[in-house]
Amino acid sequence: MKLHPALAAAAALLLAGASQAAEPSPHAVKLYDTYCVQCHGVNRDGNGINSPAMAVKPRDHTDAKAMGDTPDDVLFKAIKGGGLAVGKSVLMPRWEDVISDDEIKQLVVYLRFVSKTDTK
Amino acid sequence: MQLRHLVACAALAAALPPAAWAGGADILESQCVACHAIAKPQGRTVEQVLERKGPDLYYAGSKFNKEWLAAWLQKPTVLRPAGAMYSRAVKAGAGGAADTIDPAALQPHPKLGADDAAAVATALMELGAPEGLVAKGAFKNDPPGGMAALLFNKLRGCASCHSAKPGAGGASGPELHTAGARLQPDYVVAYVSDPHKFDPKVWMPHLSLTPADIQRLTAYLMTLKEGAPQ
Repeated sequence: MKLHPALAAAAALLLAGASQAAEPSPHAVKLYDTYCVQCHGVNRDGNGINSPAMAVKPRDHTDAKAMGDTPDDVLFKAIKGGGLAVGKSVLMPRWEDVISDDEIKQLVVYLRFVSKTDTK
Repeated sequence: MQLRHLVACAALAAALPPAAWAGGADILESQCVACHAIAKPQGRTVEQVLERKGPDLYYAGSKFNKEWLAAWLQKPTVLRPAGAMYSRAVKAGAGGAADTIDPAALQPHPKLGADDAAAVATALMELGAPEGLVAKGAFKNDPPGGMAALLFNKLRGCASCHSAKPGAGGASGPELHTAGARLQPDYVVAYVSDPHKFDPKVWMPHLSLTPADIQRLTAYLMTLKEGAPQ
């Protein structure tokens, strides 16, 4: 039996929609612009205004391979507790004092949107 | 006659500082408030931080050195290379290059005459930090030690956002090569220990530094006095 093309497209959309948001949360974008852009950059590719002064280059959030390999809970821990919480650079600070757990979850979803990767 | 003259002089002398303060307070309340909070804001949102036009001044009397303030207000220099909120001034880098600062997005600080600058500096020094924010004597005034510059530049990441010398370091935070002339050491200890006590949404992170590191870094910053008033 052959699946109708429109039905197949709808099924594909549904599957993609299960993990990747079609539109980013406006609040997550504001959080990213306030705290993350200084190092991760306007293009979200690790080339922020501070990046030339950093010994370790900030993560490129548009890198689908590296981001796709990183589970949600690692992204959550890195934002909440900083690089040291996930065995990475001290230059990624902890944000738990200024970004709530719920907001960090929104940022993880936003990172999936930016990197065009699925939740893991 | 002589005594009456003396009394009159004493009364005039006593009246001078409050008069100067009142003039400075008028300027603060009529002009500075357009960009700065001179009273502690009730709560703060990310939106307010993104839109901020100038740093908070509600604890200015515990933060700044008065001589520096009076000199800077007459001849303001750029303290924050990317403006009061960096995110509004950065432009995307092209082709993998780092972001840059759009000079058109930066607002120069108004320049005051000598009398107004002195009056505003006096008024700002009256704005002491609220109870519990800046502990007097928190800075122990021990020598910074040989590791302090390394802590600043490498180990604790301060140089990612701040400069310890002109043209070096990151740009999202204020320059620190003038910190020793500009800032009070007890304030530096308090702010670095917990920046979110001053502004719960500011983009300066909490750095989990040890008390010993905070003393070393503060002692180091106090040695950086580029452009100090003579």
